[in-house]
Amino acid sequence: MTTLKWEHFSHEADVGIRGFGSTMEEAFAMAIIALTAIVANPDTVEPKIKIQITCHDEDVELLFYDWINSVIYEMDTKNMLFSIAKVHIDNSYLEGEIWGEIIVPEKHDPAVAVKGATMTELKVSTTGKQWITQCVVDV
Amino acid sequence: MKLNLVEKITPEIWEIRPFGKMNVPARIYASEDLISKMDLKVYEQLCNLTMLPGIVDMAYAMPDAHWGYGFPIGGVAAFDPEKGGIISAGGVGFDISCGVRLLHTKMKVAELAPHKETLANLLYKRIPSGTGSRGKIILSDQDMNDMLMGGARWAVDKGYGSAADLDFIEEHGQMAGANPETISKRAKERQKEEMGTLGSGNHYLEIQDVNEIFHPEAAKVMGLELHDVVISIHCGSRGLGHQIGTDYLRSMMTASKQYGIYLPDRELACAPIQSDLGKSYLGAMRGAINCALANRQIITHLVREVFNEVIPNLKLRLVYDVSHNTCKNEWHMVNGKKVNLFVHRKGATRAYGPGHEDLPENFKSVGQPVFIGGSMGVGSFVLVGTNECESLAFSSACHGAGRAMSRTEAKKFWNGPQIIKELREQGIVIRSGSYRGVAEEAPLAYKDLKSVVDAAENAKLALKVAQLSPHICVKG
Repeated sequence: MTTLKWEHFSHEADVGIRGFGSTMEEAFAMAIIALTAIVANPDTVEPKIKIQITCHDEDVELLFYDWINSVIYEMDTKNMLFSIAKVHIDNSYLEGEIWGEIIVPEKHDPAVAVKGATMTELKVSTTGKQWITQCVVDV
Repeated sequence: MKLNLVEKITPEIWEIRPFGKMNVPARIYASEDLISKMDLKVYEQLCNLTMLPGIVDMAYAMPDAHWGYGFPIGGVAAFDPEKGGIISAGGVGFDISCGVRLLHTKMKVAELAPHKETLANLLYKRIPSGTGSRGKIILSDQDMNDMLMGGARWAVDKGYGSAADLDFIEEHGQMAGANPETISKRAKERQKEEMGTLGSGNHYLEIQDVNEIFHPEAAKVMGLELHDVVISIHCGSRGLGHQIGTDYLRSMMTASKQYGIYLPDRELACAPIQSDLGKSYLGAMRGAINCALANRQIITHLVREVFNEVIPNLKLRLVYDVSHNTCKNEWHMVNGKKVNLFVHRKGATRAYGPGHEDLPENFKSVGQPVFIGGSMGVGSFVLVGTNECESLAFSSACHGAGRAMSRTEAKKFWNGPQIIKELREQGIVIRSGSYRGVAEEAPLAYKDLKSVVDAAENAKLALKVAQLSPHICVKG
């Protein structure tokens, strides 16, 4: 059985993204694949270019909000999609790497651009065995 | 939403009496059918909204209200700065000053047929649309600041359109009080190459015709006759507005605690209007309004260029331009007194009634034009503001149909080629860079536009003037 790594959840006008992981870092990283999947199939995105991102907040949920918005900024200004994310969090400081490529419309069939992460349904939680990160993003 | 949660005042007016921490009542304008289909979240978000400091009169939800973030989409709330009133970035939304403008041609729909494919192809080619679309204009730092201050007036000065257009745009095309210094480098960077672009999602450019007139007097004032070809442009402030929303939602989140503001939902993060942060957001948001106005002005110019190439000497007159995600400083009558308020309209259109001093002279006899966009295949409605609307909802009306189905669900039901084929069979030509995007925007993924517009009219928020049917749709 394949372990679920990310999913979308329904929001009337927009889209919810959810990442799962055995660590909080992994759940942060998987949410980026859910983010990409709003725009295109992540399997079509080759990890050709690496971008580094840093964020800081003592509130893990706001740290997640900043992380998602930082990636959205890179998507928008560099016209890119990302298929791999790696995250390291140390004492409220996040260092992340995202890997992806510039959008090729014929290859990626990009459906919609993401405007920003919202605080709706914003949660970073754990069941003890699994970490879950989520929020609704405005499209 | 269960009807026992609200009190029926009339068949189109439903009220929520204050309870708990609600400072004022809340009201929903909708038919019984529409309100019963509204998500419970609309009720919760509307109640939460009434708990914010300085709210005046009531919080309102328009007939197209649906679950937003903090504010419901289709939410209207006014705040008094003298009574600790707040301004909320979430109350305006990410696509600041997203709106619709309508252009009128003197061509009849029968004359459109031979040019349909050429126009569709050229409009799609010349007006950048879809995810990651970039325009030909690249703004320098100075141009950026000038655009943020000047709005559509800046665009006209740069050669995009004519000065006559400015009289038919809210704020005469230039929102006063913008402050580029309160806008982050990130926001400016996101906008640098996005001027004159449609964006994606529910944004569009449509060639339509006037297929029904309900209010001959108002239609005459707007210069709309049966079967006239018109063009609707729906888009907003692009990356700049999105980033300003992101930046200020974040800073208001922290500031709300400092100001001791109780937030029933953190998405309602806000700051007192008279605080430094409140003033800073106002300056930034007004810059984003100017960005949206400039954007729609540039697109208008591009559309005129295309038409001129295909059908020389055909004039495209701007009927009006309305925004539906704003917070504006306006005077309104409250309990018999004229009060200076900051009116948030999130997914709601300003709809001044006849005689309002801010209207262009020719519209003073009938009221402000209001454009209600629908999904592909459905077209739009033109409405006009009423005098009753001033006391009903601070002169506000609905803005669209609202989704009936999430994007995730929609793409399970439909695929792009199928939708494009079905619409072509109805005579509607679609141009889009993404099949998946078309599937997510399928006509049936939206609520019935007519029932929303009828509810707005029955509630006297606005009166129906005309219905516009689509012929070409360039999808964002």
